[in-house]
Amino acid sequence: MDVLEIARWQFGITTVYHFLMVPLTIGLGVLVAVMHTMWVRTDKPEWLRMTRFWGRVYLINFVLGVATGLVQEFQFGLAWSEYSRFVGDVFGSLLALEALLAFFLESTFLGLWIFGWGRIPKKVHLAALWAAVIGSIVSAYFIIAANSWMQHPVGVVTDDATGRPLQVDFFAVLTNNTALAAFSHTIVGALMVAGSALVGIGLWHLRKRKLAEQPATDPDQLVWRRSVRLGGWVSLAAFVLVALTGDFQAKLMYQQQPLKMSSAEALCETEAPASFSIFAFAKFGSNECDDVHSITVPYILSYLAHGDFSTAVPGVNELQAQYEEVYGASYPDDPSFGAEAGEPIDYTPLLAVTYWNFRLMIGMGGVAAAVAAYALWSTRRGRVPMSRIGVYGSLLAVGAPFVANASGWIFTEMGRQPFVVHPNPDVPVEDQVYFFTAQAVTPGISAAEVWTSLIALTVVYGALAVVELWLITRFVRRGITTGDGAPVPGHTPEGGPDDDVPGGADGGRRDDDVLSFAY
Amino acid sequence: MDLQTVWFAAVAALWIGFLLLEGFDFGVAALLPVLGRRTSDRHLMLRSIGPLWDGNEVWLITAVGAVFAAFPGWYASWLPALYLPFVLVLIGLIIRAVAFEWRHSHSTEQWDTTWTRVVVTGSLIASLGIGAALGATTLGLPIDDAGNRVGGAFAGLGRPALLGAVAVFGFSLVHGALFLALKVDGDLRTRARIFAVRWSPLAALPLLAWAGLVHLRYGTPVTAVLWLVAALAVVVAWARIRVGREGQAFAAWGAMLVSAAATVFGAAYPVVVPSTIDPAFDLTLAEASVSDYTLTVMTWAAGVGLPVVLAYQTWTYWVFRKRLTAEPVHGEPTEAAHA
Ligand code: HDD
Ligand code: HEM
Ligand code: HEM
Repeated sequence: MDVLEIARWQFGITTVYHFLMVPLTIGLGVLVAVMHTMWVRTDKPEWLRMTRFWGRVYLINFVLGVATGLVQEFQFGLAWSEYSRFVGDVFGSLLALEALLAFFLESTFLGLWIFGWGRIPKKVHLAALWAAVIGSIVSAYFIIAANSWMQHPVGVVTDDATGRPLQVDFFAVLTNNTALAAFSHTIVGALMVAGSALVGIGLWHLRKRKLAEQPATDPDQLVWRRSVRLGGWVSLAAFVLVALTGDFQAKLMYQQQPLKMSSAEALCETEAPASFSIFAFAKFGSNECDDVHSITVPYILSYLAHGDFSTAVPGVNELQAQYEEVYGASYPDDPSFGAEAGEPIDYTPLLAVTYWNFRLMIGMGGVAAAVAAYALWSTRRGRVPMSRIGVYGSLLAVGAPFVANASGWIFTEMGRQPFVVHPNPDVPVEDQVYFFTAQAVTPGISAAEVWTSLIALTVVYGALAVVELWLITRFVRRGITTGDGAPVPGHTPEGGPDDDVPGGADGGRRDDDVLSFAY
Repeated sequence: MDLQTVWFAAVAALWIGFLLLEGFDFGVAALLPVLGRRTSDRHLMLRSIGPLWDGNEVWLITAVGAVFAAFPGWYASWLPALYLPFVLVLIGLIIRAVAFEWRHSHSTEQWDTTWTRVVVTGSLIASLGIGAALGATTLGLPIDDAGNRVGGAFAGLGRPALLGAVAVFGFSLVHGALFLALKVDGDLRTRARIFAVRWSPLAALPLLAWAGLVHLRYGTPVTAVLWLVAALAVVVAWARIRVGREGQAFAAWGAMLVSAAATVFGAAYPVVVPSTIDPAFDLTLAEASVSDYTLTVMTWAAGVGLPVVLAYQTWTYWVFRKRLTAEPVHGEPTEAAHA
C-alpha cells in the first residue's frame, strides 16, 4: 500500500474509534445533568443514586474520548500536511476555537464536578456539570462546522496567488446549512446512544433483582425503573428527530453531493420517478454500477431527494460523466498527486460502502427504537419484563446506535471521495474550491513511518478498548451496591461524597473511592 | 504590531502557559518513583494533580490548535518533520490520561501499581517528546524550500531536539517538586523541598543553554536581558526554597520558565522553523500565516474567550487550593483542614 492508503486507514480507524466515545459523552452528559438537576430540585435519593451511577459510566468513557481526541488534533498535521496547508485559512481557526471555547469549559468544569462533591455549594456544583455538558455540545458544533466546510465549502474565495481558499465570511462558515443539519443529526444520534444504554442496562438490572426476589422496598428498584423509562422515551424521541434531520440532510445532499446519494442508492441510470432500493447485490469486488441489481420501491427516492413523487433523480453513470467534464477525466500528471498522477479519476465512491453504511445507519437506529418501544411497553405500570430474549436482546442492542453512528460517518466521509474538500455546486465552476484526497497526504514521509504509527495506534487503541469494556462491564454488573452486595444506605442530601460510593466497603480505601466515584 | 506578530506572541504565550501548568503535573508524575516511598505518598501526589491535569492539558491542545489556526504552514512543516516522535508523544499522553482515570476503577494493589507506573511512563515520554519538538522548532529541522522534511524518519532528531527534551524535563521535575512542597504536608513536603534544593541548579542548565543558543543565533538586546532575568530567577528560586519559602520559590521558578521561553520565542521571531539545510529555507511567520481576515476573526474570539477561560481556571485553582495531607491511620490523603 502507498502512503495515501495507509494514511487513510489510519485516519478512518482513529476517527471512528474517537467517535465511539463521543456520542456516549454527549448523550449521557445531557442525561446525567438532567438527573442531577432532578436531585437538586426534588431531593429524592433515587435521583442522586442515578446521577452517581450513570455519572461514573459517563466519566469512565469520557477520559477515553479525551485521550483519542488528542490524536485527532495532531493528525491533520502529521499525515495530511498538504491538506492542512490547503485548508489552513478556514479549518485551523475552527479547531482552535473548539479548544478555546469548548475544551477548556469541558475539562475545567468536569474536574470541578468530580472533585466538588460536598465542597462547593450544591447549585454551583450542578452548574459545573451543565457547563461541562454545554462544552461538549459546543465542541461538537465547531468540529462539525469544520467537517461540513469540507463537504460544502462556503464563505471563501480562491486566492489567485496560491490557489488556496481564502476566508471572506466567517459567519457563513458557522451557519453553513450542511453544518446546521449535520450538527442536529449528530446530537440526536448521540442521545439515542445514551438512551439505549439506560434501557439495556436498566432492564437487565430490573430482571436480575426480580429473579433474586429483592423486597419491594428495595430502593434501587426505582433507580433502574426510572433509568429504563427515561432512556426509552429519550431514545424514541431521538429516533424521530434523527429521521427528520436525516431526511433534511438527504435533500441537501442531492444538491451538494449528488453522487454520494446516488451511490448510496446504487441508482445507475437517471430515473423519473426514482425508486428507493431496499436490498442490492453485485458482482463481488466490482465498483461498476451496472453490475448491481437491487430490489426497489418505486417513487420513494424521488420523495427523499425532492419531497415529491415524480421528479427525476440523476444516476451514477450520468453524474460520473458530468464530473469528468467539469473536473477532468484523469488526475494531472504532477508529482503532488503521488501514485495517482495521470490516472483516471473515479468520481463514484465505493458503492458497497456507501450503500450498506447508509442502510446500516438507518437499520441500527430502527433496532434501537424498537427496543426502546419494547422497554416502555414491558415496564408499563410497574411491570418487570422477565423474558430472557427481550432483556438480553435489549442489552445487546445497546451497541446498535454506536454502529449507526459509526456507519453514518463512514458513509459521509467515504461518500465524499475522491475529494477531501468537495466542490460547492452553488458557486460558479471557475470560483469553486476543491481538493482531491490524493493531493492531501504529507510529501516526504515514508510508508514505513505511517505503517508504524498505524500499527502502534491500533494496538494501543485495541488494548484500551479491552480494558475499557472490562471496566464498564464490571462496574455496570455491580450496579449500585457496595462490594459485599448489600444495597447502599439511602443518601442524605447534605451528605458528603464518602458514604455511598461503590466499593466503599471494599477494604478501607475510602478516600480513593471518593475519586473512584468521581474519577 | 501587525496581527501576525500578535498571534506569534499568543502562540508563545499558550506554549508558556502549557509548560507552566502541565509542567508541574508532568513533574509530580515523574517524581512518583523518587519521592513516593509509600503507597500513601503516591496517592497523595496523584491526588494533588488529580483535579488539574486535564484542564492543564487543554493548554497543549489550544497551543497546537492556535499554531494550526494562525500558522498552518508551521503546523504542516513541524509535525511531519517529527512524525514518529509526535506519535510517541501522543501515545504517552493517551496512556497517561487513561491511567489517571482507571487507577481508581479497581482496587487491587497490583492494579494500582501498574497504572501508577503507566502514569510515570506516559508523563516521561510526553515531557521529553514535547521538549524535543519545541527544541527542534526553535533550533532547526531539516526542511526544504517547500517546508517538507528531507532525510529519513529520524532526520529531525538532532541535537536541538535532544537539548529541548532535557530542558523541558529538567524544568518539570523541579517544578513538580516545588508544587508538591506547596501543596502537601508531612514528610513528603520535606522530601520535595530537599529535592528542589538539591536539583534546581542542575535542572535549570539545559533550559538556560537552549535559550542562550537561540539568543546567540538570532538574539537582540531585549532577549539578552530576558536571558539574564531567567538566570537570576534560578538563583532566587534556589535561595528561597533553601529557606523554606515554597510559594516564592515556585513563583521564581515559574518566572525562570517564562523568561527563558520568552528568550527563545523572542529571539526566534520571525522564524518559526529554521532549516538546518539552508538558512534560505527558514520558514518565517509571513510564509506560514493565514490571511489577515482570519487572524482578525480569531483575535476577536480569543479576546473575548481567553479572559473568561483564565477567570474560571483561576477559580478552580482557588477551590482546590487547600493543602493535602496523608492520614496516618488509613494512609489515605484528606484535606488538612479536616484532618
Ligand atoms: C460530534 C462531535 C465530535 C466530533 C465529530 C469529533 N469530536 Fe473530538 N470530542 C468531542 C466531540 C467530537 C467531545 C464530545 O467534545 C469529546 C469526546 C469526549 C470528550 O472528552 O470530549 C471530544 C474530545 C476531543 C479532544 C480532547 C478534548 C479534551 O482534552 O477535553 C480533542 C483534542 C478532539 N476531540 C479533537 C477532535 C478532532 C480534531 C476531530 C476531527 C476529526 C474530532 N475531535 C471529532
Ligand atoms: C468523528 C467523526 C468522524 C468520523 C467517524 C470520520 C470518518 C472518516 C473515515 C472513515 C475516513 C476514511 C475515508 C476513506 O478512507 O475513504 C475519514 C477520512 C477523513 N476525514 Fe473524517 N470522520 C469524522 C469526522 C471528521 C471531521 C470532523 C473531519 C474534519 C474536521 C474529518 C476529516 C477527514 C479527513 C481529512 C479524512 C482523510 C482523507 C480521506 O481519506 O478522506 N473527519 N473520516
Ligand atoms: C432514520 C433515518 C436516518 C436518515 C434518513 C439519515 C440520514 C443521514 C444522511 C443523509 C447522512 C449523510 C449526510 C452527509 O453526508 O452530508 C447521515 C449521516 C450521519 N448519520 Fe444518519 N440518518 C438516519 C438515522 C441515523 C441514526 C439512527 C444515527 C445514529 C444513531 C445516525 C447517525 C449519523 C451520523 C453520526 C452521520 C454522520 C454525520 C453527519 O453527516 O451528520 N443517523 N444520516
